[in-house]
Amino acid sequence: MVLELREIYKDYMQGKDAVPVLRNINLSVEEGEYLAVMGPSGSGKSTLMNIIGCLDRQTSGMFIFDDTDISTCKDKELSEIRNRKIGFVFQNFNLLPRQSALENVELPLLYAGVNKKERRERAAEALVKVGLEDRMNFRPTQLSGGQKQRVAIARAMVNSPRLLLADEPTGALDTKSGEQVMELFRELNDEGVTIVMITHEREIADHAKRIMFIRDGELSNLNGGDSL
Amino acid sequence: MFENIRLSFKGIFSHKVRSFLTMLGIIIGIAAIIAIVSTIKGTNEQIKSNLIGSGNNNVNVAVYQGEWQMDFQYQSPPEGMPVISDDVKKELENIKDAETVSLYRQRTYCESIYHMNTSLEGGSVYGIDENYFSAAGYRIKSGKGFGERDFKGTQKTVIIDNKAAESLFPGEEPVGEIIDIMGEPFKVVGVAVQSSKFEPVINTYEDYQLYNQDTSSGKIFIPTNAWPVIFRYDEPQNCIIVAADTDSMTAVGKAAEEILNGTISVQDESIKYKSENQLERAESLQKLSDSTNTLVICIAGISLLVGGIGVMNIMLVSVTERTREIGLKKALGARKKVILGQFLTEAAVLTSIGGLIGIVLGIVLSQLISKFADVPVAISSVSILVSVIFSMIVGIVFGLIPSVKAANLNPIDALRYE
Ligand SMILES: Nc1ncnc2c1ncn2[C@@H]1O[C@H](COP(=O)(O)OP(=O)(O)O)[C@@H](O)[C@H]1O
Ligand SMILES: [Mg+2]
Repeated sequence: MVLELREIYKDYMQGKDAVPVLRNINLSVEEGEYLAVMGPSGSGKSTLMNIIGCLDRQTSGMFIFDDTDISTCKDKELSEIRNRKIGFVFQNFNLLPRQSALENVELPLLYAGVNKKERRERAAEALVKVGLEDRMNFRPTQLSGGQKQRVAIARAMVNSPRLLLADEPTGALDTKSGEQVMELFRELNDEGVTIVMITHEREIADHAKRIMFIRDGELSNLNGGDSL
Repeated sequence: MFENIRLSFKGIFSHKVRSFLTMLGIIIGIAAIIAIVSTIKGTNEQIKSNLIGSGNNNVNVAVYQGEWQMDFQYQSPPEGMPVISDDVKKELENIKDAETVSLYRQRTYCESIYHMNTSLEGGSVYGIDENYFSAAGYRIKSGKGFGERDFKGTQKTVIIDNKAAESLFPGEEPVGEIIDIMGEPFKVVGVAVQSSKFEPVINTYEDYQLYNQDTSSGKIFIPTNAWPVIFRYDEPQNCIIVAADTDSMTAVGKAAEEILNGTISVQDESIKYKSENQLERAESLQKLSDSTNTLVICIAGISLLVGGIGVMNIMLVSVTERTREIGLKKALGARKKVILGQFLTEAAVLTSIGGLIGIVLGIVLSQLISKFADVPVAISSVSILVSVIFSMIVGIVFGLIPSVKAANLNPIDALRYE
């Protein structure tokens, strides 16, 4: 098992009032799974992803990632888990604008303390894998949206994480680039990479092997009914 | 670390104007400090070399009553102040770093010095031993000077300095002539001049004031054995000691004072031997110029402080601007200390570049000062080193608050930030 959520609740404080965003979330993800979480805007998808990604803490409940109870981890340990065990892909790419594709992909290795030579080699390898061997020294501004997202995927995968976590990875892309990204996800999953993807588009979610729905902070196997 | 420095340079050069404006406070502060310190150092070195006359390491130890040197023209030598004996002179010669010891007596204003009907107004008379000329820095310009006979016997011979020669013998050769001191005839055996390196350089009014006591109209020198012919035999001597080097002058002077004061038992306790050397004078003058410049240094320091606050301000803006970047880095596994290190390095690199520009500007400025204000400058490598380190410290100190703020950003808030 890669991760398990048990009775997870998350409230945000709005002034004095606690606004519940996630309610009683129960979910487990097995090795090699490809899960899509769907839900309308504001339903708590990103909040869920932040908890799974060890970027935020639940208000109550238990979150176990790779056999570790995350609520007991300190900042240092969380950084290490994010660095070595999770690869993030964001809707808006989040590449550093002044650094080349190669340097962007090197970042997680830098924080993992890998030496320069090995960083170069492994980052280049990851870029080759996403089909960007001829764009390594380009800056993000010189790349198309689809290419940027592929750089981001290379960056997410460069440390060989246990989990690839994607929040609306195709949200900022045209259909064709989106399809390419989905192609890449499938390939990675075929190689055994566990993927959790958040999206509000049915066509994108259909690429996954399992789909869950989130509505008003509650997770279920069923589509809530209304078209999204 | 090198990666951080490289990225800092990249960041700084991608915001050239902003970075320059941020550095401006540091640049001005450092430039001002370098210029001021160079000017102070130059001035001090000039004062020192002027007063000491580069090479004249002599210390004068004379009898004082309170603040004033005693002159036995109008008062007799006090009870309990013996003439310096040969034994005491030996002791003086044995002082560490003392090279030459000369004992002499002095009348600052002697009314009665004549050649024919010409008088030497306000001339001084010195009763000297064989070491005096070398210790006080005179050389014989003409005539054969004093020989053994003059010092051992009681020859009525005299050497006059070039000023006295001009007054008493305008247009004539004085050597071989007779002058009249206190009614006694003395034969002129030489004309002495002070070697030029002993001559003080007078550039300013202050220098002039310092030396106006030396503007006597002329000096004449007789062998110490001839002193009792015209003055009292039991007058205590003063002494000049040549020290091995400039820095040992003060110590030699103090040691001589102690020895000489050990030989006296005068009732009036204000009467004492006191040493006085040019270095001490130079140092007191330097203190004066230092204290006026402390103020200017304070102002430069304030400028650095303001510069530091400017750096802090820009760094805070930069942290806010780069909230996303910080959040992303944290998501990718950057620990707090990595983010802290990145921002601190950036602040330190920024202020160090400012410091370097400031140093260059400061050097240019001090050259301009020396050219246009005719003040000597000496650029000190210590002040350059201190400036670099100091500007780096300013960066780290004032970059600390923004860097801590960046390091403590919550990654989700940072990623959400638009
Ligand atoms: N930091 C926050 N403070 C307060 N409310 C928040 C915060 N983050 C998210 N929310 C609220 O939580 C709800 C879910 O947000 P989010 O998880 O981003 O939804 P989604 O990604 O599904 O669109 C929204 O109503 C949002 O306004
Ligand atoms: Mg969202």
